[in-house]
Order: sequence, then C-alpha cells, then structure tokens
Amino acid sequence: MSRRRFDLRKTAELTLLIGPSLGLFVLFVFVPLITAGYYSLFNWNGFGPLTKFVGLTNYLKILGDPLFQKGISNSLFIATLSVLIQLPLSIALALLLNGKMRGRSVLRLLVFTPYVLSEAITAVVWLILLQPDGGLDALLRAMGLGSLIQLWLGDPNMVMWTLFGVCTWKYIGFGIILFLAGLQGSPEEIREAAMTDGANRWQVTWYITLPLLAPTIRIWIFLSVIGSLQLFDLVWIMTRAGPAGASTTMATYLIDRGFTRYALGYGSAVAIVLFILCFAFALVYQRYALRRDNEGAVTRGAEA
Amino acid sequence: MALTLRKLLPALALIGAAAVMTGQAFADPVTLQMWTNATNDPLKGIFQGAADAYHAAHPDVTIQITPIQNESIGQKIQLALASDSPPDIFFNQGAALLATQMESGKVADITEFTKSWIGDVGAAAGNWAYDGKQYGIPYTMHVVGFWYRKDLFEQAGISAPPTTMKELDDDIGKLKAKSIVPIAVGGKDRWPDAFYYDIFALRLCGEESMKAELKAGKLQDKCFTDAGQVQLDFLKSEPFQPGFNGTSAQQGPGSSAGMVANGKAAMELMGTWNMGVMQSLNDDKSFVDKIGWFPFPAVEGGKGDPTAALGGGDGFSCTTNAHAEICADFLHFLSSKDVQTQMVKANSITIPVVAAAADAIELPVLKQVVDFNSKAAYVQTYFDLALPFGVGQALDDAAANMFAGQGGASAVVDAVNSAG
Repeated sequence: MSRRRFDLRKTAELTLLIGPSLGLFVLFVFVPLITAGYYSLFNWNGFGPLTKFVGLTNYLKILGDPLFQKGISNSLFIATLSVLIQLPLSIALALLLNGKMRGRSVLRLLVFTPYVLSEAITAVVWLILLQPDGGLDALLRAMGLGSLIQLWLGDPNMVMWTLFGVCTWKYIGFGIILFLAGLQGSPEEIREAAMTDGANRWQVTWYITLPLLAPTIRIWIFLSVIGSLQLFDLVWIMTRAGPAGASTTMATYLIDRGFTRYALGYGSAVAIVLFILCFAFALVYQRYALRRDNEGAVTRGAEA
Repeated sequence: MALTLRKLLPALALIGAAAVMTGQAFADPVTLQMWTNATNDPLKGIFQGAADAYHAAHPDVTIQITPIQNESIGQKIQLALASDSPPDIFFNQGAALLATQMESGKVADITEFTKSWIGDVGAAAGNWAYDGKQYGIPYTMHVVGFWYRKDLFEQAGISAPPTTMKELDDDIGKLKAKSIVPIAVGGKDRWPDAFYYDIFALRLCGEESMKAELKAGKLQDKCFTDAGQVQLDFLKSEPFQPGFNGTSAQQGPGSSAGMVANGKAAMELMGTWNMGVMQSLNDDKSFVDKIGWFPFPAVEGGKGDPTAALGGGDGFSCTTNAHAEICADFLHFLSSKDVQTQMVKANSITIPVVAAAADAIELPVLKQVVDFNSKAAYVQTYFDLALPFGVGQALDDAAANMFAGQGGASAVVDAVNSAG
C-alpha cells in the first residue's frame, strides 16, 4: 500500500515537472513537424484544400536541384572552415585570455560583444562596411593594403569566404567563453604536477590542457555544425543568397521556395529534409562523440 | 512631423470635401483593416488622410491602416489569406500574383460595385481583371525607362540621350573614358536585372505570341533565346558599377537609386517610382533638376513595336469579408481625381490612374514619362508578374544569374520552361 502511494506521488511529480514542457514540445515541435511532413507530399501554394497529391516528387526535385546541393555544400564549407580556422583561433585566444594579465576582463568583454548583437544587426553593419569603397576597403587602403580589396559580396567566388569571416567575427566570442569555462573547470593541479616533472609550457598545453578541453571542443563542434546547417539571417540580409545563388544555404532555399514563390508544399519538403539532416547529424554525433562526455568526462579524458 | 502635418492639412480638407460629395450611408458602424506597403511619408500620410476623410464623410466606416515593409508584405498576405481573418483591403500588383492569391477563394469579386465607374480608371484596371470580373483597383501605374544624370552626360560629351543600342554602347564607352560608372543596377534584388531581359524580349518578340507564351508559362519562340543573346552581348560591354551583383536597388545611398541620386552613376533602368526613391536617398534636393529620362533604346532587327513599354501598377484588392462593397467604394475614392492629385503632387506616384490628375505634375521630366506612357503602343506587364507566379520568380533568378556570369543565351528560357 505504501509502495503504491509512493509510485503515485512519483508519477504526479513527473507529470507536473515534465508535462508542461512535453506539452509545449508536442504542440510547437512535434505537431508542426507532422503537418509539414503531410504538406510536403502535395503541390500546394498555401491556399485552399490539399488536392494535388504528388507523393515524393517534391523530395526528388529538391535533392536533384543543383541550387539545393549548393546549399548543402555551402553549409559543409562553413562547418569545415569553422573547425579548421575558428576552432583553433578560439582555443588560442581562450588560452591567452586565461593567463593573468592587465585588462583581462575588458578584453574578455570586448571579444564577447559581437556575440551579444542580434544576427540582423550584425548583418546590416557588415553589409554597410563591405560595400564597394565602404569602410573595410577604406581601412585596407589606409593601411597600404589596397591590393587586397575584393568585391566582398558581389563576387560569386568570394562571397562565402566573406560570410565565413563575418560568422567568425560574430561567433568567436562564444567559442572563447565556452573554452574559458572549460579551462576553468579543469584542475590546475595536473598542470602543476607536470611542470614539476619538467614539462615545458608547450607540452603542458598539448598533452594536458587540450585533452582536458576535449569535451568542450566536442560540444563546440556540435553547436557549430548545427549552426552552419541552419545558417540564414546573415546570408538573407547581406546577400539574399546571391550573387547567382552562390551563397545559398538550405534555409534561404526554404524561404525562397516556400514564401517568395508561394510553394508551401515544396517548402515543407525542404524543411523536412533540413530537419532530417540536422537530426541525423545530432543523433550520430551524440552516439559516437558525445556519449563519453555524458558519462563524466574529466576522469575518463585524463585516463585516455 | 509638424511640418508634414501642416503640409498635408489643405490636402485633407480638399479630400474631405470630395469625400462628402461621393458620400453614401452604410448601415452599421464597421471597421475595415487595410494593409499597405507605404511605410514612409508622403504616401503613408496620404493614405491615412484619405482614410480620415472617408471616415468624416461616412462616420459609420473606420479604415484602419497597417503599413507593412514592402519586402515582407507578400509573405504576410500569403499567410493572412490562408487564415480565417485576412485584412479587408490589401496591397498587391495584380496579374499573376493576384491570380495566385485568388486561389485562396478570399479575394472578392467587386465587378458589381465598380461597374458604374471602372471606365474612369480605364486600361490600368486590366491587371486586376479576370474573365471579365474585377478583383481590385490600381492607384498608380508605372513604366520602366532610363533615369540619367544630365550633368554626367555633359561631362562625357554626350549631347542627346541614346535612341539605339549602338548609341547606348557608344555612350557607355564615353562615360567610362571619363571614369564615370555608366549604369547602376540593383543586382542583389534580381528583378532589376530582369528588367533588361524583359525589354530585350519586348523589342524582339511580336506582341501576340509573346503575351500568349507568357500566359502559358512556356517560352517557345526563338525571340526569347535571341533576347538572351542580346543581353549577353550587352553585358560584355561591362556597363555596370563594380560589385553590382551585391547592390540593392533602393536601400541606402549605396543602392543603385542612391548612386544616381548622388551622382555616382550616370544611368539606371528603373520604374517610374524612382524619382520618389531617389529623393529619399539624397538630402540635397537640388539634384532633381539634373535628372533626365529616356525610354529604352531600340534593338535592331526586332519584331516588337519600338514604342511598347514594360510596366505594371500598384493597387488594392478586397477580401470576401462582409464589407467588400464598402471596400470597393473606398478604392473608388482612392482613384478619384482629388486623391490622385494629392499623390501626384507629393511625388508619391508618377502616373495616376485617372488622366485628369496628371495635370498636377510639375517636374518636366515626370511630364515626359507620363507622356511616353500615354503614347506607348501597349504596356507589357513585367514578365515575373505576367508568367504564372512561381515561374516568374524563376525568370528573375535566371536573368540575375546571367548578370553574375552564369548561363548562356537560353538560360532564361530553360529556367522558365522547367519551372512550370
């Protein structure tokens, strides 16, 4: 009898705690997802009843559309460059800012500022700076680097590099804060012990600090890749996915087809494809890369 | 603000008087929601003034105006028409977009309420009519042509605006020799690129077959591919500003309209609304006297009428909410001579839908535009609105891709035919 009452209370507690968020999740994530999946099977402009059932035609068209493929490769481009450039840069800056020096708090604050700005504001500011003969060109010229000037947003071969630059400017602060937190969470004693045993600074960083940061690095990569897959605001405001579709991302493709062209059925299919890609990545990454972090990272990481 | 109001007061009084004259009594007090894309004065104020005047004449009717940014109004209307509570009156540009919106079943047939006066609006109302029924009323029309800087033409030693493509090419060379950007274009927005393709096709194709093929959404006639070739040849002369693919058409002084307004480029191919846009992008209004206008030059060997123009219009449609009759009456009021005259005087619109209001035009350059429009053999609706709607967007994209160096002469034809 008492056992039963205990269960009841536990059930009530769980319902109370999980219920509201589960309700919201179902209402705003699950239901729209199912609806979108249903719409995606129709040729539908958003008006009137769903009559033109087309099966999986929308999906075949999407996957065969060179512009959508461009969207995927652009996302991979940003994701790869992020790991190759943004990641080492964030770690290096975090290591720098972790040391004791004058004005450390001010520097940390400054480096974090761009992250606080909304994407729309960032995009507008950079849009103005990157105009031909705009702020950046003037700066380069004043420094005698006029020969480096490019058509930052007007050249199809340049535009993704430019957007990557702006992404880096905006998100590097976030990485640094994340790594600073990671550094502060790793025990100082291990480093001191290594120093006592005669390891130099470089060896300490390479063999001790970085392995201890590994869980943070893995979560950073996760956030960064998901962010790259969903990249939208910056691109939409700065280039409208142009020139000639050179900066298309999957999300700009979705908005362009779904809303600009009134093809809601097709747009829904794009949304489902985008969802599946993100979800698949998240699952695989959770399964293989993040699992050990979830089991308690520091000790295992140090053992390895 | 005070200045704007003071300027508008006489206008309001005039509009009020006119409204009283057309006044009729409607039974119960009603409020109509109206969505416009006029987020800036003077047009925003003129619409509000008209709504106030209408309310003064019909105390039972209140028109509540919601201005929405032009870039996002299409999406908002799409969602509203799919919902159960669309606005009573909404902005649109007629033609294919309206045809798509009509599929919602929520755009009202106002034939009954407009037939007594639709003749005053004339041919302009055509883009809002289907199968002999009227689904909206325009308040202005526009045509596309070259806006140019007389002072920069003079600097480059150009005595008269070009009338053939050959002359245009020569002038581009002369301007370049003086390090002046010959033409500004807002390539980021894509539709300004499509203006060029549209006009090349307009000059090369015969009217009948062109209209039929656009309506069907399939471009078969060889002239459409030839137009692509003419465009490629034209692009080879590199007439545009550096980085034009990233330039927006209307936003900020760095936009293509801003470049002409500020003397950074000599020409821009743009619609009649451009004078108003340019004025908002240069605080020193004295530049207005330096602006001239000329129609797109003739293309050699084309079947098309050389006086045909590319254009369209802005207007409103009513929804099937209970008050379509009141909505239609208000649209009549917007197209009345007095309200139209107010819009013309404020340079909010250039070509009014009632000819009588054109008398109010003061700037000679705008008079010239209106004159050209009235003498045009016919005004062809922008291809992106003449084609079935989604297909039209594909045309804009393909034309813009050619500007960015991608696609051959048949790029537009291929894109359109595979989008249908």
